[in-house]
Amino acid sequence: MLLLKGDGASCGIVIGQLVVYNHCPNQIPHYSIEETENEIKRFQKARQNAISALQNIYINALTEVSEENAAIFEVQQMMLDDLDYINAIEDIIRLQKVNTEYAVNITAKKFAEIFTHMEEEYMICRARDVHDISNKLISCLDGKKTKQIYIDKPVILAADDLTPSEIIQLKSGKVIGLITAQGSANSHTAILAQALGIPAVTAVTNLLTNAIDNMTVIMDGSNGSIYLDPDEKTLTSMSEKIDCKHHREKQLEELKGKPNITQSGLKIKLGANISSTKDLIAVLENDADSIGLFRSEFLYLNNKKLPTEEEQFASYKIVAETMAGKPVVIRTLDIGADKNAPYLKFPPEYNPAMGYRGIRICLKQPEIFTVQLRAILRASAFGNISIMLPMITSVQEVQDVKIIFASVKTSLLQEKISFDKNIKLGIMIETPAAAIISDDLAKEVDFFSIGTNDLTQYTLAMDRQNPNLGSFFNPHHKAIIRLIAQTVENAHKNGIWVGICGELASDTSLTKTFLDLGIDELSVSPYSVLAVREKIRSLE
Amino acid sequence: MKIFTYTIKDDKGLHARPAGLLVKEAKMFNSKITIEANDKIADLKRIFAIMSLGVKFGTPITITIDGEDEEAAAIALEYHIRTNL
Repeated sequence: MLLLKGDGASCGIVIGQLVVYNHCPNQIPHYSIEETENEIKRFQKARQNAISALQNIYINALTEVSEENAAIFEVQQMMLDDLDYINAIEDIIRLQKVNTEYAVNITAKKFAEIFTHMEEEYMICRARDVHDISNKLISCLDGKKTKQIYIDKPVILAADDLTPSEIIQLKSGKVIGLITAQGSANSHTAILAQALGIPAVTAVTNLLTNAIDNMTVIMDGSNGSIYLDPDEKTLTSMSEKIDCKHHREKQLEELKGKPNITQSGLKIKLGANISSTKDLIAVLENDADSIGLFRSEFLYLNNKKLPTEEEQFASYKIVAETMAGKPVVIRTLDIGADKNAPYLKFPPEYNPAMGYRGIRICLKQPEIFTVQLRAILRASAFGNISIMLPMITSVQEVQDVKIIFASVKTSLLQEKISFDKNIKLGIMIETPAAAIISDDLAKEVDFFSIGTNDLTQYTLAMDRQNPNLGSFFNPHHKAIIRLIAQTVENAHKNGIWVGICGELASDTSLTKTFLDLGIDELSVSPYSVLAVREKIRSLE
Repeated sequence: MKIFTYTIKDDKGLHARPAGLLVKEAKMFNSKITIEANDKIADLKRIFAIMSLGVKFGTPITITIDGEDEEAAAIALEYHIRTNL
């Protein structure tokens, strides 16, 4: 047995057979060119092909990983479009009268140098990007298509390094683990492997001198340990670790279909929070009772223009139908200056958290709001949908919304388009104002959902993402619990239900408190549903 | 000519992704746009040039815009930088 060490890049322990992937770096051809302008055309064609190839990879990547992680492919496109890079290559072709491959290779080395001499490790890794795009460009010359890695057995892949384009394709095969000799925590290998859920270890410097095809290997993506050809003792102990994890997963599995009820019979509903239709599978797999919060922002972000009524309707309809009668609470758009919707051209703000966002936009630009309301209403004919308004601070806001809401319903009636005439309207309690006047608000709406993330920030006057605040930021602060208690009391006094959809809902140290306060529903990430159910069932 | 200054608040500084988004934004305008930081100047439409400036958290930057559409460019870029960096 040989123990190798690298950087834990993506957690998970796996045991499997090794497959060594060789890049076969080709010799870079170097020869003279007479017709330099033809060679420039050859270069430009390959450059365009490389950019198109990256565009396809980018679009596919968006279906597998988040936009932020898929962005590397966009950045690579921009590098291929950079004037400095292009001019450098064309200059070499023209002045030295040489072929594209050589010119690109020299330029790549020059540009990579800039990064390798920078201080930050992150920047040093960018040198890799320069080589990746240059190799891609070269491989696109003369209309060639880059070959893909496709592995159809569940194996652990060992390689010197992999390009982002190669990693993103691994999921479609059956690679269960990834080990590379190069790379680091800042490299694409780590980021993409995590995003794809594939355990990975990078920077295993002596990997390729020791890795042999078909070797049995155990890899621990958390601590970077690689056991090549493990002995009995190691196999047993690592298998036990894997079993422990599976056991826990099974324990949670058993909770599916079980009611959310304490030992003394106290009941509470468990919903799931989703950010897009992609999360639906997780909702069903984790047996949530409902969707307590469907964030609709995904329709507005990552877009070049406002989503049309049809586009929105399609998404809301899928969710309504998939949940087959289980409640779905759709929150109307909560975008603002700090979210990425540049086509809306919101004026820059110094304090976007307290700025032009949420319901304020909807009331000031009702043309945006009515499109969304129409789409949600139309979808309500296909399932059990309720509407929820974000960032409410006053009764006036709710009443103004109701006027718009009524006119939208009238239009649909006139157009003979069906919708749920009994559709319920609720609001987020996420501002201190809303919590404090919750007695008045409860008379205006059908339900409340407490957004503890924002409520905590506004109540404590602290930014939860500010690393400098550390222990000052106390999500269990008495003030928050009091505001929640007050909200529940006012809701129930007025005959409406109240849920919590913020992060606090999945905090099992507070589950008992919430049950005692009388919260009607906890809505959490789909992956937390079963753990919270376990907690509920374990309580007296 | 439009000029504005800003101090980078993103703890990762001006790394590849934000540099790319900045270039994308800048390329929407015809004006000549430059970014000055750490006593160096770069064309805001050139990603390698921007990345080589080594702009980190706390680095002050100056954006200069000159051209027909400088008004619109200034508003868009200032907004983009304030909200993303």
